[in-house]
Amino acid sequence: MDLSYSPEEEDFRARLRDWLGKALPALPPKPSPDDWPGRRAWDLGWQRMLYDAGYAHVHWDAEPTTRLIFLEETEKAGAPYVGANFVGLLHAGPTIAAEGTDAQRARWLEPILRGEEVWCQGFSEPDAGSDLAALRTRAWRDGDDYVVSGSKIWTSHAEVADWCELLVRTDPTAAKHRGITWLAMPMDAPGITVRPLRTLAGSAEFAEVFLDEVRVPAAHRVGEENDGWRVTMVTLSFERGTAFVGEVVACRRVLGELARAAHADGRWDDPVLRRRLALLEAEFRALWRLTQWNVSEASAGGVPGVGGSIFKLRYSHARQELYDTAADVLGDAALDLDRPWVLDRLSSLSYTIAAGTSQIQRTIVAERILGLPKGR
Amino acid sequence: MRFRLTDDQRALRQGVRDLLARRFDRDALRAAVERPGLDRALWRELGAAGFFALRLPEAAGGVGLGLPEAVLAFEEAGRALLPGPLAATHLAAGRVPGAAEGETVVTAVDPGGLVEWLAEADVVEGDATGAVSLRSVDPLTPLHRTAGGSGQPAADHVADPVAVLLTAAEQLGTATRACELAVQHARAREQFGQPIGAFQAVKHLCAELLVRVEVARAAVYAAAVTADPGDIAAARLLADEAAVRGARDCLQVHGGMGFTWEADVHLLLKRAWVRTRRAGGGTESEELLARELLTAAGR
Repeated sequence: MDLSYSPEEEDFRARLRDWLGKALPALPPKPSPDDWPGRRAWDLGWQRMLYDAGYAHVHWDAEPTTRLIFLEETEKAGAPYVGANFVGLLHAGPTIAAEGTDAQRARWLEPILRGEEVWCQGFSEPDAGSDLAALRTRAWRDGDDYVVSGSKIWTSHAEVADWCELLVRTDPTAAKHRGITWLAMPMDAPGITVRPLRTLAGSAEFAEVFLDEVRVPAAHRVGEENDGWRVTMVTLSFERGTAFVGEVVACRRVLGELARAAHADGRWDDPVLRRRLALLEAEFRALWRLTQWNVSEASAGGVPGVGGSIFKLRYSHARQELYDTAADVLGDAALDLDRPWVLDRLSSLSYTIAAGTSQIQRTIVAERILGLPKGR
Repeated sequence: MRFRLTDDQRALRQGVRDLLARRFDRDALRAAVERPGLDRALWRELGAAGFFALRLPEAAGGVGLGLPEAVLAFEEAGRALLPGPLAATHLAAGRVPGAAEGETVVTAVDPGGLVEWLAEADVVEGDATGAVSLRSVDPLTPLHRTAGGSGQPAADHVADPVAVLLTAAEQLGTATRACELAVQHARAREQFGQPIGAFQAVKHLCAELLVRVEVARAAVYAAAVTADPGDIAAARLLADEAAVRGARDCLQVHGGMGFTWEADVHLLLKRAWVRTRRAGGGTESEELLARELLTAAGR
């Protein structure tokens, strides 16, 4: 067991730190959360800076340990997170890289890296959330095109996306996991309606997307027809494996801020609050170690291990506990939307639901890792 | 960075597991419950296998390994519910004659005043004058309380970080055992015409058991590598939680059977409870982490 980094890795860290120190002050001010075009431009601008500095590839082809260092250092420095580039960089890009044709890789990968095109995710549907394979959006072949009708929900960045990674049902008679196909849909195609969805946090973070006989060229199909479920599982193991690395670093920073705030106003003397913060410190230290363990296993095996579901389960609850504790530190100020941590507390409510609910994750852990029988 | 077990570490863990399977299997565990007392022959065998001398330099007659290896050995001891003052004797190796070889049984008075295996020990570290025996909740851990013991450690007296970590490793092993027993039972026991492990409520209890074990494992192993007091305190808190809640959930999965003396589940829970009160668990680790959190935040 080794937690030390190699000289090459330390060198990468030092160069990255140095670059962040120069690059971050040059960033323009962050646009308001409701300004979607502004957010798109800002996130793409950051991606372009990463590209020009040679860091755009880090999510795709760097050693897992190097990627861990990248996520750790960028978060510590307060650099922007992937934002609008999330789906392109962490979902669609890796999927196309793994399953696409040469022509598809040539068409889509470079614009994602250069910060020119934004992707959104068309997976969830009103009647198929946790049971993703129950999706009903239909696609049928008409000449060189697929014609798509149906609707998608919880589609982040749909308002400003150029492309959508879309799951459609191409064979309604097949078993539900079998008749699904993965398509890259251009978001400016006729027949697409995007309706922003207001979340409990008050902002429009997601959208509903309605598809009325939208034509998608068959050449935009990634993987074989009716093989989209397997293609998708490649993507999801990635999401659960390492998608939360930067957030653990961020949570540890927030915890330090909470301790300082509690100390400043005397609440630190309350042993109940103090020890609750200490338990969270234990929790996030352990989650960081679990991240390092999973990354090391991925380095050895080439794929994110089964640790992803275990990590996601524990992390999503710890994050909610962190912001509930923040509310105790804030006291009455926890009711003021303009105070720090209050919106984060609201956002944290999605963590036990998004990317597979805690209930779904527990079933995955029990059946696939512990080998318990499938049942009701 | 390669934060995973090396081949040598896997071999060491397997070696300890095999030794304990041979010398302290379930029959031996149940026999120990019925006939309390320390098995001196087994203690000497552990000594001969290097369990106590694991971290002693080779020049001093030890095995010359480090804290990560000691943690793996103690994890196996916790998994087998091996009784005895293991950590105190291990820490005394090289200092107290005969401890390294398993000839001398060493126990230690905890900062809070509790002392285990006092009557059986050859050497007691700390002042146990006037200690009175308790009717211990754990049939496999005889306990005494010293006259001045308050149950809370004095402010200026904190437990040895290595003792804190080795206790965490034992808790991790016990938590692992609880998870194994729960899953084994959930697969075998049938109700309503199917294994109870097919029911979501049972499935989710088992999943949470494993999640707590794996989070604690990452923390305990990392603390063994860094030997940082904050990492050790964090590891201890998570391992205590994994062992105590794990044993409770395992008991729940066993249903009525879990409430009987014949099932082993209560032995896991009672040992886990005893360990939480010893060698730097609970509030001692919480307060240490709170101090570290504030210091780090102030930087």
